[in-house]
Order: sequence, then C-alpha cells, then structure tokens
Amino acid sequence: MIRTALLVAAKDLRIERRSRVLLWQVVPFGVMGLVLSGLALGPTHAGHSSAGPGLFYLVMVLVALLMINRSRAVEGSTGTRTSVATLGLDPAGVFLGKALALAVELWITGAVLLAGAVLVLHTALVGTLQAVPSVVVILAALAASGTLYGALSGGGEGPATLLPVLSLPAFAPLLIAGERSFSAALRGGALWQWWVISIVALAAYLALGILLYGVLEDS
Amino acid sequence: MTSSPSTVVTLHDAVVLMGGFPLLSGVNLDLEAGSLSVVTGANGAGKTSLLRLIGGLVALTSGTGRVSDIDLKTGDLRELRRRVGWLGHEGSFYDDLSVKENLVFCAKALARPTNEIPGVLDRVGLTSRASMPAKLLSAGQRRRLGLAWILLRRPALWLLDEPYASLDDEGRTFFDQLIGDVVTSGATVLVSAHDPLRSSALHPRTLTLAGGLVVGDRS
Repeated sequence: MIRTALLVAAKDLRIERRSRVLLWQVVPFGVMGLVLSGLALGPTHAGHSSAGPGLFYLVMVLVALLMINRSRAVEGSTGTRTSVATLGLDPAGVFLGKALALAVELWITGAVLLAGAVLVLHTALVGTLQAVPSVVVILAALAASGTLYGALSGGGEGPATLLPVLSLPAFAPLLIAGERSFSAALRGGALWQWWVISIVALAAYLALGILLYGVLEDS
Repeated sequence: MTSSPSTVVTLHDAVVLMGGFPLLSGVNLDLEAGSLSVVTGANGAGKTSLLRLIGGLVALTSGTGRVSDIDLKTGDLRELRRRVGWLGHEGSFYDDLSVKENLVFCAKALARPTNEIPGVLDRVGLTSRASMPAKLLSAGQRRRLGLAWILLRRPALWLLDEPYASLDDEGRTFFDQLIGDVVTSGATVLVSAHDPLRSSALHPRTLTLAGGLVVGDRS
C-alpha cells in the first residue's frame, strides 16, 4: 500500500510540475481571492486581522476544489482510467498517494497564502507562524476528504459542479476548526483542543478513504 | 459451467446492462488459449462492451462467464484486470508524462524491472520519442505507446479495442505483425475492428456482433 501510495503521489506531482497548473493558475487564483477578500472588507486593518483566519481558510477551500478536480482530471479519460485499472493497483494505496500529492500542493499554496494573509490581511507574523502546524494538519485533512469526495462525485466523468455540492458540507468542520485554531494562535490562546479535532478529522478521513476508495472507483 | 482446460474465455447467455440499456443481450462464446479472434460489427453492436466484460471492466448482469479461471460474477475482478492487457482506441496513459515516464510508472506499478523499457521502446519503434510528452505523439505513435504498455505487462490475454482506428498502412502492418508474434508466443488475442485483419496469414476467427449478440462466427 505504501509503495503504491508513493508511486501515485510521485506521478501526480510530476504531472503537476510539468503542466504548471498549480504555479500559473491555482496559486494566482488563491492570491487574487485573498486580495479581493481584503478589498471587500474595506480599509480598516483591525477588521482584516480578525477576519484573516476565516478568509484564509475560505480561499483555501476554493483552491482545494480546483485542485481536487485537477487531481481527478489526471485520470479523466476513459482510456487512461481503463489502462490504470488493468494495472491492478491497490485502491487504498492509490487513495493515499492522491491525497498525499494533493496535500503537498495545498501546503505549497497555503504557504503562499499565509504570507499573503500577513501582507494583505495584516495578520500578526508571530501568531501566523504559530498557526502553521495546525494549518498543515487541516490542509492534509482537506486533501484526504477532497480525494474521497472527488471519487464520490464521479471523478473525471462526473460534472465538475457536483463536487462542491457534495464536499462543502464535509469541509465545513475543517474550515471551522482551522479558523478557530488560527485565531487562537493569533490571540495567543490554547490550541490543543483544535489540534485534537484536526488530527481526529484527518485520521477519520484517511480511514474512510482507505476503506471506501476502491468501492467508489469500481462503482 | 464446464470448459476445457485450454479455454481462456467462456461466456454463456452473458447480459450486460448499463442504466437499464442492454449493452450485451446474451452472448455465448468460448475462446481457446493462444487463439486470435476478431470481433466485428456496426457502431453500438457491443464490441467494446464485450471486450470490457472479458477484461473485468464492467459487471456481468446475468448469465455466466469465466475468464482466466476467474468467475465474472463471484470472482475477484481486480485480479482479472491484472491478467489482461487492454488497448483502447483513445489515449490510455498520462499525457503530461513522457513516453518513458509512462512506461516507468507502468513497470513500477507492476513491480517489473525498468531495464526492460528500452527493449520495449525499440520493439514498438518509439526509442527516438522516449523523452517526448505523450500528448505530442501522433495517433499512431500513441497506439504504439499503448502497445508498449501492454508489452511490459506480458499478459496472457490481450484485448485490443479498435487498434487500427486512424492508423496508416505502415501502422496497420506493424500491428498485424505484432499481433502475429503475440499469438505465436501463446497469448490469446481478441481484437475489435470494423474491418477484417489485412494479413490473411494470421487466420483469425471472426465473430460478428449485432444488437449485443453474436450473430456470426467464422473460422
């Protein structure tokens, strides 16, 4: 399973590096989303700072939706899906590999957007840095749930509009936990309860994905 | 259901429904090991569906079937998929990866040594295109890459779905020669095609499909 996961993750990341969709489309989309959010809040710095964590995660969720669809499109054609199916890869390994690749892409985008949050939304630098570990876990959970819901929404064959409808309710708890932990880090408050929630969510989505991904792919 | 030891494929009254629509309406078929068969028929006759059923890529709705000692109703279809080589009439690999990277992924997925790749590339005439992204290949070259993918796998059962589509004379001759070599080596080959094979030296069995039924069987 781990061998398959690393193989699939390396393949997805290599494809992403070649296509440069992340670099030239997804990251700029996220940055523009963050800037527009700042503009929508008006010129008051204090308002930006307090809304920063929520806006950061809202933009990350929108970015994640783009990247999940992109991740599915890699095997979008019937021919590619059929050829890969005849390789008989362990579906749990495929799920973990696709989730890992998606997590890496989200971490890269998240790093850029955290810097953007400091610059555009004026979140405190020290608090933002303290929030990084929780951001890493939340984005990993977002990647795991997104990979699972990508398969549920029909993958490359399903309509792209189905994914947000199915996945946003699942993303909501992650968005709330992320916003609270980021806000607590900015205030210097306790983070441990949000850590627990984030790690439990990550473990739950990983377990669900390992169990269900093969069934969803076959159906 | 009984079949001789040399029978690789046995279908009896095989029905495949998709969304309530019959793709196959009761196919009866036996394929012997080391044989070459061509399935012909009009568009929508069920040629691709028959190949997909035999490859474990669609479920058998009713009737009985056995392929490579795996029951199509109760057996492990994922294991069956590992045993077949599939070449579709569309792209069957990752467009953003190079020819060689596609084959490396395939080899690693199958735990095969990657040092077989140069020989396979030479066999299909793609050595000079090894570092070219798959999306830049011509239709004929893409078909050859699909063949290279199968050659790496060395399956006992080859399912070739309209391999001659949009190929020039040289490409068709190349395919005929390679199919002949594969059959000589003892593998079973089932080809779907609008036209009969050009090379009469191959002496294929010709099955004619219409409305999801085998209506003609000529050796």
